[in-house]
Amino acid sequence: MALLPIEAFVLSKEAPARPPPPRGQIRWRKTLFGDAISAAVTAVIIVTALFVLPKLVQWAVVSGVWTGGPSACHDGGACWAFLREKAPQILFGLYPPNDRWRPILVILLFLGLALWTMPPRHWSVATLWAWAVGVAAALVLMGGGVFGLKAVPTASWGGLPITLLLTVLSLSAGFPLAVLLALGRQSRLPAIRVLCIGFVELVRALPLLTMLFIASLLSPLMLPNGLSIDNFLRALVALTIYAAAYLAEVLRGGLQAIPRGQYEAACALALNKWKTARLIVLPQAIAKVIPPLTNTIVVTVKNTSLVLVVGLFDLLSAGRAALADPVWPAPYTETFLFIALIYFAICFSISRYSLFLERRMASEGRQ
Amino acid sequence: MNTSSRKAIRNRSIGDYLVQAVVVGALLLLLAWLAANTIDNLRLRGITVGFDFLSREARFSISDTVLPYSPADTFAWAFLVGLCNTLFLSAIVAVASTLLGFCVALGRRSSHPLSNLISTIFVDTVRNIPVLVLLLFVYSLIIFELPDPVTARVWHGFFLNNRGFYGPALSWIGSGLHWSFPHMGHFNIDGGWIVSPELAAAVAGLTIYSTAFSAEIIRGGIDAVYKGQWEAGRALGLADKQVLRLVILPQALRVIVPPMTSQYVIIVKNSTLALMVGYAEINFVTSTTINQTGQAVEGTAILMTVFLVISLMASWLMNILNRRYVLVEH
Repeated sequence: MALLPIEAFVLSKEAPARPPPPRGQIRWRKTLFGDAISAAVTAVIIVTALFVLPKLVQWAVVSGVWTGGPSACHDGGACWAFLREKAPQILFGLYPPNDRWRPILVILLFLGLALWTMPPRHWSVATLWAWAVGVAAALVLMGGGVFGLKAVPTASWGGLPITLLLTVLSLSAGFPLAVLLALGRQSRLPAIRVLCIGFVELVRALPLLTMLFIASLLSPLMLPNGLSIDNFLRALVALTIYAAAYLAEVLRGGLQAIPRGQYEAACALALNKWKTARLIVLPQAIAKVIPPLTNTIVVTVKNTSLVLVVGLFDLLSAGRAALADPVWPAPYTETFLFIALIYFAICFSISRYSLFLERRMASEGRQ
Repeated sequence: MNTSSRKAIRNRSIGDYLVQAVVVGALLLLLAWLAANTIDNLRLRGITVGFDFLSREARFSISDTVLPYSPADTFAWAFLVGLCNTLFLSAIVAVASTLLGFCVALGRRSSHPLSNLISTIFVDTVRNIPVLVLLLFVYSLIIFELPDPVTARVWHGFFLNNRGFYGPALSWIGSGLHWSFPHMGHFNIDGGWIVSPELAAAVAGLTIYSTAFSAEIIRGGIDAVYKGQWEAGRALGLADKQVLRLVILPQALRVIVPPMTSQYVIIVKNSTLALMVGYAEINFVTSTTINQTGQAVEGTAILMTVFLVISLMASWLMNILNRRYVLVEH
């Protein structure tokens, strides 16, 4: 077989530049109707949208009732007037209407603190103290009884402040517990290790609903006769234990990523066990797992919606209570959309923030 | 080794024992205190401790059950019925959400702008809403937005209205198989099979919620496969669908299986929320039993055991699967 000359394989002159790949409309047409499956998917989506959207607009906007009383909402359209009327009740529950500025202040306080904490350059001990003072101030504002504020029992707390308070309190009480559990899991001492593993695995095996059931069924039995803790505290204890077990698992991931050399270096510096944990191991472990820790906040916010089983009026159950008003025609869809929107606004911003932290850490790691 | 370091080691091991003894002792004291309080309180309320109540007649009704049940059955059977309802619901949700999650994951990976947009909005929305809100929302849609039985439209023997979903059923009557069609009876719809609005809401709500999470797990698995594998598959002349099936998925499964197993455990745990829309799962049976008998300690013990066993079995299963899909490097 005759060998081909080398010129048959090597370009002898520069090849002309190819045209750029199609952009804009041509690209769109290609991805939307490029092959049979794409065309079918596009067609199905467009037909469904044409079928659903007009009905949705008709329901929400055209025949939606925006103003007026209970009698206005009877012709099948969305009853937004109900939300106008009941929004304070959904947001603040049974809180005395004259004192509603207090829960509003609590919400603003938490919003301000959260916004302040977001940029990583604000992460400092001072910020931690600000949160501690903020939580204490929120509890005083809600509960009253001092500084001339009218005392409001926890049974009358409700709505969004309950959701926020339960989230912040259960996470801040759960975090130290989680640190101890995660360190205990790595302990040299077998009894400590077994206890920590057993606790974390037991809590993670149980559904939160079951935990709340247990808290509300067993706490009156297990405490001395006559002593009882109120519903808010019961829910808080259950949520804290739950958050602690999950945070401990996240922290364990961070601890496992610490190289052995760090412990040895600490040992060489003659640091004792607690100093090693506090100064060397924990700062690095926590820094590694900040994005998943932020995601745990989302999980906790969503978990607080279950406290209605122990009789607390959080955002969701305050909404259900508002719907029970016999004067209004009970617009369930609108109310649940409103509640879902509030949860979504909180959780979506936190998960976006977590994503931002993740990307930032990834880019720092590359440098 | 000199004496002082030997002494240090001995001191350390004595210290270790001391620390462990103190922690375990404190825990036992706490448990003993709680147990003593419980025994006191139970005596005050005249409740005898023990599992004898399980063989008594339950005397409460449970609507739509997988296993046959009547109020004349025992509490033990009622627990089993509740457990089977939980597992039945979880199994449907697990299968449905895995299949739908796969579709949504492909939607998010595809270059088709519309399906990409829709699946991204779906996942971002559902993941940021509590599952309970979703469940109650779906339930209220079924109860309040669907027509009532009288005005409901019939479609080839299928009824869809706010008392549930009805369809024709195949049953063995007398000598052979007979179709039983649902039809309007005097007070309600008779015949055929029925899915109650409670079960339908639980299945729909939980499936929507779990689909968003499964989709992210599956997408993560597909993304984790090195991009060069797609290119290598195409270079071998495989079509994109074949690359996905023959090259990408087998490798992605290795990443998908562990989080998916945890996701199934989460589904079982989330299925307890079906209680809130009135579906009789195990928490419902337990709380009804406790309300009737006052056997709170035993009831919660059963509940805890059930979920512990489920979670242990899941991690056992995951280990087996992991071994099957683990990367074998030669």
